[in-house]
Amino acid sequence: MSEMDTPNNSTSSEEIPPSEPIIRSFPYRLRIEPRMEEPARWYPFLLFLGALVLALVIGGFLLVLAGGDPLRSYAHIARASFGNIGVISDTIVKATPIIFTGLACSIAFRMHLWNIGAEGQFIMGAFGAGAVVLIPLLPEGTPVWIFIPVMAVAGIVAGAFWGFIPGFLKARLKVNEIITTLMMNYIAIAWINFFIFAVWSEGGFQMTTKFPDNAWLPRLLDYANRIPVFRGLTTHLGFLIGVLAAFVLWYIIFRSRWGYEIRLIGDNPRAAQYAGINIQRNTILVMMVSGALAGLGGMSEVAGVVHRLQTSPIAAGYGFTGIIVAWLAKLNPFGVVLVSILFGALILAGREIQPSGLPKMIQGIILVCLIASDFFIRYRIRFVRLGEEI
Amino acid sequence: MMAKNSHNDIDNPPSFVVEMRGIVKRFPGVLANDHVDFRLHRGEIHALLGENGAGKSTLMNVLAGLYRQEVGTVLVNGQLVNFSSPGDAIQAGIGMVHQHFMLVPSQSVTENILLGLDKPRFRMELAKYDSVIAELGERFGLRVDPRAKIWQLSVGEQQRVEIIKMLYRGAEVLIMDEPTAVLAPQEIEVLFNTLHSMIANGKSIIFISHKLQEVMAIADRVTVLQRGKTTAEGLEIENITRRELAHLMVGRDVVFRVDKKPSEPGNVVLDVQNVVAENDKGLTAIQNLSLQVRAGEIFGLAGVAGNGQRELAQVITGLRKVNQGRVLLNNKVISNRSARFSIQRGLAYVPEDRTHVGTSPNLSMTDNVIMKNYRQPPIARGWAIDMTTATTFAKDLKQDYDIAIPNVDTPVRLLSGGNLQRVILAREISGAPTLMVAVQPTRGLDVGAIESVHRLLLSQREAGTAILLISEDLEELLALSDCIAVIYEGQIMGEVMDENIDIIGLMMTGMDLEEIQAGGSAKNV
Repeated sequence: MSEMDTPNNSTSSEEIPPSEPIIRSFPYRLRIEPRMEEPARWYPFLLFLGALVLALVIGGFLLVLAGGDPLRSYAHIARASFGNIGVISDTIVKATPIIFTGLACSIAFRMHLWNIGAEGQFIMGAFGAGAVVLIPLLPEGTPVWIFIPVMAVAGIVAGAFWGFIPGFLKARLKVNEIITTLMMNYIAIAWINFFIFAVWSEGGFQMTTKFPDNAWLPRLLDYANRIPVFRGLTTHLGFLIGVLAAFVLWYIIFRSRWGYEIRLIGDNPRAAQYAGINIQRNTILVMMVSGALAGLGGMSEVAGVVHRLQTSPIAAGYGFTGIIVAWLAKLNPFGVVLVSILFGALILAGREIQPSGLPKMIQGIILVCLIASDFFIRYRIRFVRLGEEI
Repeated sequence: MMAKNSHNDIDNPPSFVVEMRGIVKRFPGVLANDHVDFRLHRGEIHALLGENGAGKSTLMNVLAGLYRQEVGTVLVNGQLVNFSSPGDAIQAGIGMVHQHFMLVPSQSVTENILLGLDKPRFRMELAKYDSVIAELGERFGLRVDPRAKIWQLSVGEQQRVEIIKMLYRGAEVLIMDEPTAVLAPQEIEVLFNTLHSMIANGKSIIFISHKLQEVMAIADRVTVLQRGKTTAEGLEIENITRRELAHLMVGRDVVFRVDKKPSEPGNVVLDVQNVVAENDKGLTAIQNLSLQVRAGEIFGLAGVAGNGQRELAQVITGLRKVNQGRVLLNNKVISNRSARFSIQRGLAYVPEDRTHVGTSPNLSMTDNVIMKNYRQPPIARGWAIDMTTATTFAKDLKQDYDIAIPNVDTPVRLLSGGNLQRVILAREISGAPTLMVAVQPTRGLDVGAIESVHRLLLSQREAGTAILLISEDLEELLALSDCIAVIYEGQIMGEVMDENIDIIGLMMTGMDLEEIQAGGSAKNV
């Protein structure tokens, strides 16, 4: 405003008139600026740990306010989820379905397809696997090594089909996949309920009969005769399959032509089009693979843990947890495995110290801190001396 | 050329509604307005003419309170003003109708006009305001239903809403930023009638345009800008010919030359035959256009932005369908196939939009340079990508094209414009293309980067690639091209081999070559 009458102050910006009042209590100011260079490789890990510690400190205060001893509580939580081989096994069992749904979400999100229907695809996968047993598709006494793969294929196909529908609608008719995938969750629940309550109901109870032994995924405790340490450990083959799926998915995304297309479409669809990539086809394919992963998770859960079709343990929100897990893992498949185990531990610990009523809140604080820490990857904060601009 | 800064009248006659003196506005790397003068009489239509990037919009954004000048003064009705927001400008009676409308599609005309005003305060009382607005529109010949939703209206009607919006806010001076760019011919006629009726009602209008014939048709006086400087201020339209205006707009000496060998054009590589295509809005963007580009030559396509260049590039590269006609690459039809089809037949494309089309910002440089060849060995190994080979490939390009990037895993969003363009050119050239379509390859780059891009294009030409260079920068076209054609409203106005900049300028404003040659011999300007 004051420069209107002085036409000679055009270029030099160093000589700023001392118009600012000099008396200020704090001579520095915070400046937030976008990061212009890539942070070092160790930085995200450190940030992750820092956020975790901060969350625990905040949670500690809450525990003190509630009259608890934070250190003892945390020690208890740690013992409850990682304290001995038995609870570690339980943590892993809890983590297994989340690994699958997390992977399912991560590949869809990588292409900026907002598949929030992993829940429904998970349920349909469980249904598909259960149908193999309950129809029955295979004669009684079929060996495990045939039974399990057939169930897995059925779960994959059912999940993929549940992903195909919104994928097709998105690709061909531009229907918003957020709405369709969300709605199809409810259809899936109603669908499986119908079969559990009516068709395959066991004597009117809201569950089906227990699957025969040859339709169970092998568990560690099955080998307890030979390896006594495994006694009582319920970790099942599904975990191994999940970890394997993470490896395969990593390879697909970062080392295959198709994965390259997915990454390119996700980051810049116009550039992908320019590079001659068929976006519609990939939309359908990615939704199918995403659904297939969630469906495999559903199969793993019924064949590994539940051993029957029953609504509450199957439709337990693993699909929705998968969304958060995928984000926290920055869509990296290995990250999904690690974050899922953390989540498994939190679920277990929550149950362990339920009486104090705080674990849910601490879970929430950890999530908020982890998600918010992302800010420091994109931006950095500098202290700037007042007057020394830029 | 007009001498400027010669006037020094302190007590200016009251007939000036707006007077801008010595406006300077700088953007990083560009001097958008360099001591520009502009004076608007009451009750006139004053055209502001200039090429893209001449500084017209910048000057008017200063007047409308969107930008603030660094040096210079603005007077409205003889009063010194100092706008810090568009609100201040409208308070002083200056309203701008932007090229891109700022309307809410799901709301009605009245709601859009009332948006952001203090009255009505809480209850909308739409019925009352509907009639006020209908009346206002009637008075200025702006017929539009106040109850209609914006999405139901044609572009011409939406423009009327924008004008009413400004009139309702009490605008005495209306700035119209290229108002005809979005309109169909009949709508343009309606607009011109509206402008006349506003003048009759005592308003004053600034009409930003780069179309000579429109300026000649509607304006009373004209101010011409060229590269941020005034080349003519307030000329009476009656006393000037179209040819003189064209010269004021584009005429200049070519500043720098590029050493290039004489061209040895080979076979026809690109053959565009009678192509008709539409733009995104479904209006005809390219009308029966034909051109040929030969191996080893740079074919320059000049023209003011928005005359079908973008659509033409997309048609050739397979990103847009043609309605009629066809495009041949080495005698094979590539139109209405796919982008992939053309890429595999040796087409390279340097798109206009480096960041949104040409590259993928968060992916690494390696991922960005394999965009076109990831399907072929050695980068592809079956369905997998050989990352070792890809990384080596990227490192070689980084070395050969002198790309300043810490390492090839760095995401390209961290690169400067010049480096980003080198990444794109490296990728496109490494495919040994037979045809390269380059759109505005040096826009926004600094001098050094421009030079390196030019050298790369010329070395491609010597390697026998056919190059279609689409640019708005005449100097660049003159320096590089072996042959220049001018596109205007989707048609080729003519091709010239020599460097007659005045003829190119006339063609850019809508005269075709035959017309110019006939007119040129009839009366010497």
